[in-house]
Amino acid sequence: MLRFLFRRLIVALLVAATVMTLAFILTRLSGDLAISIAGPNATAADIEAVRKAYGLDRPVLEQFLDWVGRAVTGDLGNSYFFQTRVSTLIAERMPVTLTLGLTGLSLALLISIPMGILAAVRENTNFDRAVQMVALIGQAMPSFWLGLLLMIVFGLSLGWLPISGTGSWEHFVMPGIVLAFSAVPALTRLTRAGMIQAMGSDYIRTARAKGLSRASILLKHALRNAAIPVVAIAAVQLGFMLGGSIVIEQVFALHGVGFLAWESIAKNDFPVVQAVVLVLAVIYVALTMVSDLLNAVLDPRLRA
Amino acid sequence: MSTAVAINAGPRRGWRSAGTWIGAVIVGLALFCAIFAPLIVPHDPFAQDLNRRLLVPFWMEGHNPDFILGTDQLGRDYLSRLIWGCRISMLIGVTVTIVSGVIGITIGVLGGFFGGRIDDAVLFAITTRLSIPVVLVALAVVGLLGTSMTLLVLTLGLLLWDRFAVVARSTSMQVRNLDFVAAAWCAGCSRFRVLTREVLPNIASHLVVVATLEVALAILLEATLSFLGLGVPPPLPSWGLMIAEAKDYMFFSPWVIVIPGVALFVLVLGINLLGDGLRDAFGTRSRT
Repeated sequence: MLRFLFRRLIVALLVAATVMTLAFILTRLSGDLAISIAGPNATAADIEAVRKAYGLDRPVLEQFLDWVGRAVTGDLGNSYFFQTRVSTLIAERMPVTLTLGLTGLSLALLISIPMGILAAVRENTNFDRAVQMVALIGQAMPSFWLGLLLMIVFGLSLGWLPISGTGSWEHFVMPGIVLAFSAVPALTRLTRAGMIQAMGSDYIRTARAKGLSRASILLKHALRNAAIPVVAIAAVQLGFMLGGSIVIEQVFALHGVGFLAWESIAKNDFPVVQAVVLVLAVIYVALTMVSDLLNAVLDPRLRA
Repeated sequence: MSTAVAINAGPRRGWRSAGTWIGAVIVGLALFCAIFAPLIVPHDPFAQDLNRRLLVPFWMEGHNPDFILGTDQLGRDYLSRLIWGCRISMLIGVTVTIVSGVIGITIGVLGGFFGGRIDDAVLFAITTRLSIPVVLVALAVVGLLGTSMTLLVLTLGLLLWDRFAVVARSTSMQVRNLDFVAAAWCAGCSRFRVLTREVLPNIASHLVVVATLEVALAILLEATLSFLGLGVPPPLPSWGLMIAEAKDYMFFSPWVIVIPGVALFVLVLGINLLGDGLRDAFGTRSRT
């Protein structure tokens, strides 16, 4: 178990280091950063001044090592536009993104686990087919479009919910639904497949033979086994959701990390862009580790 | 986007093959529109006319029979733009899938077939790729380098190879130990020949299923990026861009976002239905 954890940790660190390098390369893709920062009307002298001011006149390798050295200690540099520390900016915006992500994940689990169980219990009935249809529809639905439709219906026509901003919990309802929609297909299918597999296994037959109630068999025996991959994938899904929330944050004007990244891309604010890429990747890597751990904790067979 | 864990439903049923047919019809229609767009558009999709802005579509009162789906905020025929947008969606979906397929299949087959250190490296590459937020990085690249179709295709291609790699790796791992591969080795075939003549054809059906899913994903991502203003450059009518441009008018005339959105949804649904059908037909159960 310890060995397994140690190995996972090493891989995670290597992934983080690779992403760091990629994030740095990403922002240098456009060629001369100083020209982009100085803007279209800058003179040669302006550009030179910008280059000096931001340390862009140093060799690229030196800039890279400097950035890595600082990033490891939590210093992600300064934003060109906001004139504050990037780490502060991200810390300020993170609660909105996390709230959105957790709302989305909770909703997704609340919808997909019961749906998956019922579909498995009634395998090959019309209900099962309907559930699979919902999963297919969820997969094909463009999230930004669903967001706009919800805004028209619940925001404008019915007037039930606010259409943008972050003032209250109501602001997170529609974005949460949209985000949940993207995770429901995978989670539902996984629950359904897990339940079908569990229901066909020997220990369920034994439980039936013992005369246990249907509810007890379903929830205590089958679900506990079927839930293992679902819980593990849920952690990974949260990582995807945080990365994908950039679209939803933009649609609903939620000022989270994704919105910050989108603004920064538009403003050529490179330190922020590379930092958000790095932070989201590190969160994802951490969540996959959590997922592996959950797997091991929930499933004694993997603990060897 | 989502890790579509596609685990199949039981035996093939009538309704499933009906779904496959619906999917095939949708994809066929989309391909037809994409290929023959210049011939079948009723109007020039780029011609603006401010005198006929935001004409309503056929199901609403006061529509103009010349413009079945109405016109957009610049007076361009919506149906023509929709058809042209289909061409762009399909073009991007297919080219991105080719780029990501070449990368993913190469990496995956190498890892699965040779195992050992090479496989460790391949697994590491897949893990790293999955940790990178696709939409964000694609936005950043396009934002930094400027919007163009080529750049968009290359960026998405370089970001979406993971599913190909995962499936190619696991399937070639199974194939590598089969008798016919051993026979090919004994017959003195070169590594390259074993890979291309023995392994690839035997995992091809799995890869075709992945390819359909990837086309759908690439189309959705292109629409998303275009919606955020960093995808297909205007005035090209990408469906995502059409939704973005119409967004300001959606509270007064909801159909301006409903029409391109429905098109996008139906196309992606159709491709996925076809993909599911192919999976059943090949009897493959690729976990992705």
